[in-house]
Amino acid sequence: MISIPPHDTPRYTPDEPEEEEERMTAAYDLVVVGTSWGGLRALETILKELPASFALPLVVVQHRQAGSDDTLARLLGAVTSLPVAEAEDKALLEAGHVYVAPADYHLMIESTTFVGPRTKIGRPSLALTVDAPVGFSRPSIDVLFQSAADAIGRRLIGIILTGANSDGAEGLMSIRDVGGMTIAQDPASSESPAMPRAAIARGGAVLVLALEKIAPLLVQLQSGMARPAIH
Amino acid sequence: MAETDPPLAEAPEESGTVERVEIELLLEGIHRLYGFDFRAYAYSSLRRRLWHRVYAEGLKTISALQERVFHDSACMERLMLALSINVTAMFRDPGFFLALRSHVVPLLRTYPFIRVWCAGCSTGEEVYSIAILLREEGLYERTRIYATDVNELVLQHAKRAIFPLAKMQEYTANYQRAGGTRSFSEYYTAKYDGALFDPSLVENVLFSQHNLVTDRSFSEFNLILCRNVMIYFDRSLQNRVLSLFHQSLVTFGVLALGRKETLRFTDHESAFDSLVQNERIYRKLGPGR
Repeated sequence: MISIPPHDTPRYTPDEPEEEEERMTAAYDLVVVGTSWGGLRALETILKELPASFALPLVVVQHRQAGSDDTLARLLGAVTSLPVAEAEDKALLEAGHVYVAPADYHLMIESTTFVGPRTKIGRPSLALTVDAPVGFSRPSIDVLFQSAADAIGRRLIGIILTGANSDGAEGLMSIRDVGGMTIAQDPASSESPAMPRAAIARGGAVLVLALEKIAPLLVQLQSGMARPAIH
Repeated sequence: MAETDPPLAEAPEESGTVERVEIELLLEGIHRLYGFDFRAYAYSSLRRRLWHRVYAEGLKTISALQERVFHDSACMERLMLALSINVTAMFRDPGFFLALRSHVVPLLRTYPFIRVWCAGCSTGEEVYSIAILLREEGLYERTRIYATDVNELVLQHAKRAIFPLAKMQEYTANYQRAGGTRSFSEYYTAKYDGALFDPSLVENVLFSQHNLVTDRSFSEFNLILCRNVMIYFDRSLQNRVLSLFHQSLVTFGVLALGRKETLRFTDHESAFDSLVQNERIYRKLGPGR
């Protein structure tokens, strides 16, 4: 896996004063989640515990077979009142929406466009690619996390849940490198511990949490109850 | 660059980073030196592909890549390939090809002569898939397929009609799920580790270089396929390309996009209606809309 260097890039700030004000009360703009084996149950556990008022967009990569349809999004939608859908190319990120990476595409976060010869930062959106699989995975967690780290920077929360390979370890490190909050599910509470274990070993996890503690922490983080003490 | 653009030196970067400036300068230079404009490509994937190229060339920075690209046209060719190649598969998304058979083929049957445009055909997997489908539906003899890509190298690959033998198991499964009516192995001959496809499948195919960013409409089509190509473009370029497709379609002509692309929120939403909603198959509406 080639690691694309994170860097201290300028990042999105809204033009609208009201939006800016609203944003100042929150410490984060986006949550990204990566998982593979055992991921459905882990994701259900988290989504069930998030209140309908949860205001951060949540973008999920769950490894699955190339031919899969939108069953995963429908199953997740059944356990939460938050709207859940498969990611569509160029869709703007909406507060409280849950986006699932479609099978056989990479999913990235985008905030830059060219205006003439110069780049301009705008509201973050979703971008799909069919670039080659990374570490046999498409969607790849690393690709999502690295693009999110670049587009969002420190106002980003990255979470690695149960899974049977090491995808996401580099990506979680990239999020930590730009100052974002990073969480790995406690391997002991993971149906398949390899993925959180790899993320922890790589050094990207700020917090290691039991599955049932993750949703309550997200609620705290999004309500701006400060960056948590590391326990 | 337009004359009204301020010179770069006049406006110091507010919060620009080195990398951002490097990418801006590289793309500006490629446009001026080689005529290819990548500045309306989707930034995240472009950035990722640029870094892959930096490492593959054994370099460390995007400005080092710029130095090489500007002075070595072979390096530009490698970069061009990296930026424009789209990985695809035969009968990718079998459900889409099923919908083509059930909803689009009946429309095509009503035309005495059928023109199909595979825009951004890359290495040709989709072209062969369409040719097979049209042959099985008895339409191939009166069809001409225009297969275009910005990249000359991938077109040469597509013309060679040789695909990795190791892929045939996956393609056979796709073909069967796509409603294929024969044995997929009838369409190719195994040679070493390659599968050589029946040359008669491309008898009515015209491969040619065409740049969706800068080139114009060149014919009138009954069906345009452009799947997972515009995901690499930003919104403004998508809108321009959709205008090109709209101009290039007959009234009630069919436009097929990738499974997760949509006309919603584009300038052309009202110029098309949806023929098969979940497969993103659209039909151009008549004038007066």
